[in-house]
Amino acid sequence: MADWVAFWVIAPIAVVSAGAMVVSRNAVHAALLLIVNFFTLAVFFLILGSEFLFVVQIIVYAGAIMVLFLFVIMLLGVDREVGLGEQLKGQRVLASLLGVGLLAEVVAAVRLGVGLRRSALPDFRAVNQGGNVQALARVLFNHFFLPFEITSVLLIVAAIGAMLHGRRHVGDEETIDALPEAEEVAAK
Amino acid sequence: MRTPISYFLLVSGTLFTIGTIGVLLRRNALIIFMSIELQLNAVNLALVAFSRQNGNLTGQVLTFFSMVVAAAEVVVGLAIIVSLYRKRRSVDVDDARMLKW
Repeated sequence: MADWVAFWVIAPIAVVSAGAMVVSRNAVHAALLLIVNFFTLAVFFLILGSEFLFVVQIIVYAGAIMVLFLFVIMLLGVDREVGLGEQLKGQRVLASLLGVGLLAEVVAAVRLGVGLRRSALPDFRAVNQGGNVQALARVLFNHFFLPFEITSVLLIVAAIGAMLHGRRHVGDEETIDALPEAEEVAAK
Repeated sequence: MRTPISYFLLVSGTLFTIGTIGVLLRRNALIIFMSIELQLNAVNLALVAFSRQNGNLTGQVLTFFSMVVAAAEVVVGLAIIVSLYRKRRSVDVDDARMLKW
């Protein structure tokens, strides 16, 4: 019963915050709405019996990743309002049509695959024996140990890649900023 | 649990659709990137829901890996956006046409 109430409280917040994020004109507002959305997803994880991912979602997504986003927004000073006008003709109509089609497809797939009605669920307490974190660690370090180690390589490569991209090239910038196009963009 | 698993999948699909529309509609590179994050999170929710449905933890492990990849993706993506801004003084994706001639 509690999960029913929690779901119907949280689900509208998740959908509304996501929708408002997509249409917000201000990048900072979009980031804050996305944080709200990440918190609602964390609650969904908790309802689904995944305490570890609940905590990781809040720490990694709502904490680290969104702080990084806000930092970049502030760093670039792009928090001014931007228009929602369309560059391509009919872009908005086509995108909305595609969205409606995708949603219909998802509903059809869920209906065919899982069924919209409630079905008997396996007992998750047996799966989560000794706590969700312990159970997840058992699976992770027994069956997925090699992928787990490879993710550490991925993180190192990502850090090095970010460093290379963020590095300021001396003399590089002037030549590219001197292009007439770039000045026109800057004047806008 | 009284809530059917399909409800979580429907919420996940709705969030994914909203993210897709955001990617298609917006021209601010940062907001496009946030929409991609929204899509990744929607898929994570579907994976955790499937984990609950099947009664094993593989879906949660996959979500964990997807979060690691998303973190790496955010780091590199934001670095690209910062270096793009340095060159063009704009994060509008319509201004990023250096490879076009």
